[in-house]
Amino acid sequence: MAQAAIELIGINKSFGAVRANRDINLEVTRGTIHGIVGENGAGKSTLMSILYGFYQADSGEIRVGGKPASIKTSNDAIALGIGMVHQHFMLVDNFSVLENIILGAESNALLKSSITKARSELDRLEREYGLEVDPDALIEELPVGLQQRVEILKALYRGAEILILDEPTGVLTPAEADHLFRILKQLKEQGKTVVLITHKLREIMAITDTVSVMRQGTMVATRETSKTTVEELAELMVGRRVLLRVEKGEAEAGAVKLSVRNLTVKDQRGVTMVDDVSLDVRAGEIVGIAGVAGNGQSELLEAISGIRRAVSGTVMLDGKPIDVTGVADPGELRDRGLAHVPEDRHHVGLVLAFEEHENSILGYHDKQRFLKGPFLNVDAIMADAKDKIAKYDIRPGNPRLKTANFSGGNQQKIVLAREIEQDPGVLIVGQPTRGVDVGAIEFIHKRLIAMRDQGKAVLVVSVELDEIRSLCDRILVMFAGRIVGERGPDATEGELGLLMAGVEQQEAAQ
Amino acid sequence: MSTPYAKLPAWADYGLIPLINLSVAFIVAGLVVVLVGENPFRAAVILVEGAFGKGTGIAFTLFYATTFIFTGLSVAVAAHCSLFNIGTEGQAYIGGLGIALVCLSFDATLPWWLIFPMAIVAAAAFGALWGLIPAYLQAKRGSHIVITTIMFNFIAASVMVYLLVGPLKPAGSQAPQTRNFLSGAELPKLNWVIELFGAKIRSAPLNVCFLLALVMAFLVWLLIWRTRLGYEMRTYGHSPKAARYAGISETRIIITAMMISGALAGMMALNPVMGDQHNVAIDFVSGAGYVGIAVALMGRLHPVGIVLAAILFGMLYQGGAELAFEMPAISRDMIVIIQGLVILFAGALEHMFRPYIQALFASVSPKTVGMEAVKGKGA
Amino acid sequence: MDLFNAIIQVLDSTIRLSVPLLLACLAGLYSERAGIFDIGLEGKMLVGAFAGAAAAAVFHSALIGLGMAILISVAFAMVHGFASITHRGNQIVSGVAINFIASGSTVLLGQAWFKQGGRTPALQPGERFEAITWPGADAVRDVPILGPIYSELISGHSILVYFAFAMVPFTWWVLFRTRFGLRMRAVGENPAAVDTAGISVTWLRYRALICTGVLTGVAGAYLSMVQNGGFVKDMTAGKGYIALAALIFAKWKPVNAMFACLLFGFLDAAAIRLQGTPLPVIGKVPVQFMQALPYILTVILLAGFIGKAIPPRAGGVPYVKER
Repeated sequence: MAQAAIELIGINKSFGAVRANRDINLEVTRGTIHGIVGENGAGKSTLMSILYGFYQADSGEIRVGGKPASIKTSNDAIALGIGMVHQHFMLVDNFSVLENIILGAESNALLKSSITKARSELDRLEREYGLEVDPDALIEELPVGLQQRVEILKALYRGAEILILDEPTGVLTPAEADHLFRILKQLKEQGKTVVLITHKLREIMAITDTVSVMRQGTMVATRETSKTTVEELAELMVGRRVLLRVEKGEAEAGAVKLSVRNLTVKDQRGVTMVDDVSLDVRAGEIVGIAGVAGNGQSELLEAISGIRRAVSGTVMLDGKPIDVTGVADPGELRDRGLAHVPEDRHHVGLVLAFEEHENSILGYHDKQRFLKGPFLNVDAIMADAKDKIAKYDIRPGNPRLKTANFSGGNQQKIVLAREIEQDPGVLIVGQPTRGVDVGAIEFIHKRLIAMRDQGKAVLVVSVELDEIRSLCDRILVMFAGRIVGERGPDATEGELGLLMAGVEQQEAAQ
Repeated sequence: MSTPYAKLPAWADYGLIPLINLSVAFIVAGLVVVLVGENPFRAAVILVEGAFGKGTGIAFTLFYATTFIFTGLSVAVAAHCSLFNIGTEGQAYIGGLGIALVCLSFDATLPWWLIFPMAIVAAAAFGALWGLIPAYLQAKRGSHIVITTIMFNFIAASVMVYLLVGPLKPAGSQAPQTRNFLSGAELPKLNWVIELFGAKIRSAPLNVCFLLALVMAFLVWLLIWRTRLGYEMRTYGHSPKAARYAGISETRIIITAMMISGALAGMMALNPVMGDQHNVAIDFVSGAGYVGIAVALMGRLHPVGIVLAAILFGMLYQGGAELAFEMPAISRDMIVIIQGLVILFAGALEHMFRPYIQALFASVSPKTVGMEAVKGKGA
Repeated sequence: MDLFNAIIQVLDSTIRLSVPLLLACLAGLYSERAGIFDIGLEGKMLVGAFAGAAAAAVFHSALIGLGMAILISVAFAMVHGFASITHRGNQIVSGVAINFIASGSTVLLGQAWFKQGGRTPALQPGERFEAITWPGADAVRDVPILGPIYSELISGHSILVYFAFAMVPFTWWVLFRTRFGLRMRAVGENPAAVDTAGISVTWLRYRALICTGVLTGVAGAYLSMVQNGGFVKDMTAGKGYIALAALIFAKWKPVNAMFACLLFGFLDAAAIRLQGTPLPVIGKVPVQFMQALPYILTVILLAGFIGKAIPPRAGGVPYVKER
């Protein structure tokens, strides 16, 4: 019988009133890759942060290698041979790779010997696992995939026997992800234990030996990967059959409402994020953009909606140009009938510190019906907010409540209500249901389809393939800043997956 | 980042916690009094009696409060736009220059009620201009406004010293100040209002600026919570990204907020310059700008809170003067210490007691602490 | 030769005037590199100056004075740490508070204890740090050029002056060659990286603030026990803020900090020297302009017109574990 590397027994953790982990039991076998899946907010990261000593459990027991362990700080975890690769890398950007690796693991008060030692140790790790990286490069000059490699090296340098990876592929290109998986398999062969946290079922099926499913802070099941299916895991994750298809009729696409031609956008570092993209959205259709996060979708939406400046290209709204390279302004675009539900509702779409009714006019606060001269027309704003609360079943239905106190789904409804109720001709939506509970997902999808049926043009960006496939009439796939293919709603997941991975890039370009 | 602290009922948030913080500041101040060998309880009695015991004391208290209402509002307006205007001191100083120019030009020819509005405009305009440059540098060049406004305080001091020992000093005078204004530039006193209530006032500088300060407090409330501009400032203050999304121009909102803040700071100069000294002298602001930070923090950036906090600080100033007179071991510097302690406990350490109070509330009645708050987070 | 002597004199006073700036600037460097903004340098220098002069006068010992200056200054630094590290308060607000408390308490206690209007008693020989004459300084005084440079500029300063300049390479060494320096720089850039590496962010930042306190204490002691023979009300007179400006001007680097402080010290020395004397071409420069120049230069630098000053990324933000 294989020995358990980690045992968690009865772990509980609350943040204020939120119970992030309830009575969790978990056993991870030595020398295996163990996946933990669950939706956003299911409590996976919290659990692993407890194991890594970043948080303290309120109650419960941790055993490492069969012995009870008290993990009060990350130091304790490191000493027990536990290493963690965080979702947001814990690297100092303007330090070199070497400096990052020795940080916290210096051999004595002077750096010289640590640096020498780390250099030869890196050499060894490079040979053993193929983890190549220039030890003197600055982190901020490395691509994301290499930064992640530095994180893995950091853990190995500290002698980690158990490696926890938190959503490691979210920021990776498919090729980088494949490379990562090869590395993880190699680590397993060397006898290391890997815990992989993700919400992507395909990854779980591809690489893990065992999988545990979390839902709303509880551990609902543990399965041998070879004896389970994607469908079963999906059901366990959400607790009931996923609605893969929302009922909808055929699209009756009309005139082109939004037309993008040769749009190129760079980010603040000067890296091209959107590369010569052209697309059309017609009245009465929903166009979806699928792709792995970070392939330029966010920048595309920001450029079209006037938040980010494009380098070159044109965008036409109802046949008239939007000055995307110059002075396009989100406020002006709203006047012209372009509404935008942004990806990041916490920092962009909403002001969480505002009361609900204040957010229900964000972006439309300069409209005459909400104003009396330079003053806000509070009565009109409140009446309008109450109206939307009723129409969109926003709970709790109190326009005076602070927005931060609404759940993710209800916050998203506040944004959607605001944007849809302005009756825009074009609606662009980023990640319509990220962090939204299942009930609200269905509601939101129905709303978007209703928009379409009223003859509006809808552009949706989502990293959830299921969502794209069930919602959209046409699917564009973005990879490395380019549109690499267009498919109908009946495209298979595999077909889209290959496009998203950039495999069929050449073929699609023809 | 999520709020690190759960919700408390409003009365605890805006009443109980500031009160506890303030009490701790005064307890520590009491220890300082013990350290210099005096009785802190007697000192407290002298302080309060000095501030409110007699009509003259009340008038002085309100006179000082007037100054602090202006500087507190100035800091608060900028803070609502998430700008830390530490330059209120310099903006007030330069505001004094605007007043000097108006008064020195017209005090011989015009009555006070014509000079006063002109001086208000001049003070506001000069203060606003002194706030404009750091605002522009923040908005356009990304210079940290805290640092630039500190630098501008010192530059303002140099400019004013240069002018007051040079061009603005009357020939033959030794003192680094302008000539005294004629009666046309003297503001009417308000002491008769207090006398209506039966108190006697010997001579105190309380003047119409107090009413102006109250009007400004009301206007600031209107601005922040009832106008489109205030809405945009608060949006930017909470989330610059949301402001960008909502079509609010970053440059415009930063510059507007800082100019309003600077204008309020500049208007502070009206009170000592036209209401009391009748000249512009070196260092007449004497730290009132920095006190504004304390007042704004104590008042939780709300005009009502700011007026109350300003009166508290006015009381410290006036009562502290009496204290220095009654207790020789305690000089007026005691006020500076108390101010510092209030800034420390009500400002920098404002969250120190919050967890305990929350625990207390949670144990007494869990519902009030917003148990259903913040779902869908974590992971 | 007159001009040469004048230059030597200006440079000599440049050194004397830049020492407190340099000490305070390096002090600020430790805390800001660790991610704690510190506009309370002024206040900590002031309490250091007071404690130093008071203790030296009472115990008749310069060393006890210095020790006391450091102790009290560190205590104030710990208050800043308590507010801004432990309780995650606003660092600017905490700095302002410290400056207020320092300004008030030094005068109040000075008056209560010594009854000289807030001053401390004039320090006697032995209670101050005396100038050290280097071997041969008198002998070579008359050698042209090099003589005065050696005897005036290099020799003839108090031990604290040499300490200040020695702190420049030392600070560089600490920052870039020691474990503490590596961790300190890391915590000012990305405290989460330090935390997950198993190092206490809190303790690390407190240690950086202790360094700050020690150096501001020495800076204060220099003011009251070397430059002046005792404590005078508000004797720091904005030097803490100039040091802050110098720190930005130096882009948070130790060697740059020395040059920035020497530049600002030189401006001060030149302003004193040139008072009322017209310069060729420019004419008479108001002394206030010279005094404001450090601030003006810093603003211009901050505006990005001469290079770009990028502060430590985590500066001013209290560290909260992300949820």
